[in-house]
Amino acid sequence: MLHEILAFEFMRNALLAAILSSVACGIIGTYVVVKKIGFISGGIAHTAFGGIGLGYYLGINPLLGVIPFSLFAAIAIGLMSKKAKVAEDSAIGTFWAVGMAVGVICISLKPGYAPDLFSYLFGNILTVPTFDLWMILLLDFFIIGVVWLLNKEFLAISFDEEYARVSGLKTTALYLLMLCLIALTVVVMMRVVGIVMVIALLTIPAAIARMFSRTLPGMMLLAIALSLLFSISGLWFSYQFDLASGATIILVSGFVFFLVHAWRLVSASLTAQ
Amino acid sequence: MKDPIIQCDQLSVSLGGMKVLDKVTLSVNDGDFLGIIGPNGGGKTTLLRVILGLEAPSAGSVRVFGGSPGSFPARIGYVPQRLFFDRDFPISIRELVLMGRISNKKLFQHYNKRDRENADQAICTAGLERLADRRIGDLSGGELQRALIARALAGDPELLLLDEPTASIDPQMKTTIYDLMEHLKEKLTIVLVTHDTGTISRYVTRIASLNVTLELYESALSPNRDSLSALYHYPVNTVVHHSQVSRTIDHP
Repeated sequence: MLHEILAFEFMRNALLAAILSSVACGIIGTYVVVKKIGFISGGIAHTAFGGIGLGYYLGINPLLGVIPFSLFAAIAIGLMSKKAKVAEDSAIGTFWAVGMAVGVICISLKPGYAPDLFSYLFGNILTVPTFDLWMILLLDFFIIGVVWLLNKEFLAISFDEEYARVSGLKTTALYLLMLCLIALTVVVMMRVVGIVMVIALLTIPAAIARMFSRTLPGMMLLAIALSLLFSISGLWFSYQFDLASGATIILVSGFVFFLVHAWRLVSASLTAQ
Repeated sequence: MKDPIIQCDQLSVSLGGMKVLDKVTLSVNDGDFLGIIGPNGGGKTTLLRVILGLEAPSAGSVRVFGGSPGSFPARIGYVPQRLFFDRDFPISIRELVLMGRISNKKLFQHYNKRDRENADQAICTAGLERLADRRIGDLSGGELQRALIARALAGDPELLLLDEPTASIDPQMKTTIYDLMEHLKEKLTIVLVTHDTGTISRYVTRIASLNVTLELYESALSPNRDSLSALYHYPVNTVVHHSQVSRTIDHP
């Protein structure tokens, strides 16, 4: 049966996309969860839609439009909330909507029908082209490299930003860099679950992993494993029942998330008795 | 005579339009153990934050190790009062303490054997060997406080700044924290901020009271309970334009 599925090139690509995106998602999702910046990540993801529209309008691969656009969004949201004394949620909300609006305008300016834009919004792991897989692989290497080089700094700013600043770290620059890595992870995940649902796959595996981890690297590994499990089982369900793959992956993740918490509540009340 | 480690000259700080520190002049010399007491909202934490470079003075000057605040992070160990971090963060005491080494490291540099040894030593000094591999969420308030002191010590500082290290921990634990200070003052210059007036006088070499303005008392005074109580109230009477900060704690 597995042979049968893997005989299709699109299935092999889908599996590769699941593996490659899980790596970025587990590592960066861990920071998103421990630093509690899920909402910022959601903002960056939605702003990135402007980049897709732009790429489409210019007639280039939307992935090439979305990378600079989402990096810009990350830095702008980060600077606005850190420096310009704008309430963080206002900054995020504004970028969120403006980015989407830019995308919609760009797409409407280009005559003709935009068939695969839907897959950027909601993901379609079955249609990931080989070029995009190479891009995802490259981004993975970049993310792993930066995190490997700066793991002690990222740990310090995630744990206690003020103490990190007192220790002489350039906390704002490091924070912006972290947001840029989140932006790149959004790009990586976009093909799998889509912009709208990226935030779920970025936070759910890491949030579950956190409950069972003693260290940050341990949490990252577990989050990668969970992300992979959710992607592949979601993919399998979507294949079996002919459902949208991105949405199925999210539903599987969400289901496990609730299950783990319910189990926690029950076991906590049992030990309390 | 060596230069003072901390030199504040006519230092004033306003936060949100309110004067939190007014013309504070203070020097801390090598080997001092200075206790700064005063009511909540009296500017104690702000003074430490200015010394750390987290807050800028609105008037006057501060020099720390002869430079501007924040210039020598590796020479200062800081024990914050408020815990900005998450108690559920997946990190052990050992790793928490290791983070104190970051001020001695360059960007991109990973922690090495020496960093780990220093961290382990700081853990021993704080008496946390048995708990070193526990998650910070499993610790009591007093144990966590000692872990934060260990973190500050891991960087081999010359100056230790402590903000209310005994707040929110039980009395028995307080004594062990002060005993630790007693041990540390042999090697370090310490500035400790507290509203715990009762205990502190037994340990410090000098004491200052801060309530927007600062009054410094030299060791010769060695204030007893009554004079300490009087001193505690003294500056309060001078500051009548801040109703919210002139509230004092009743001294037993």
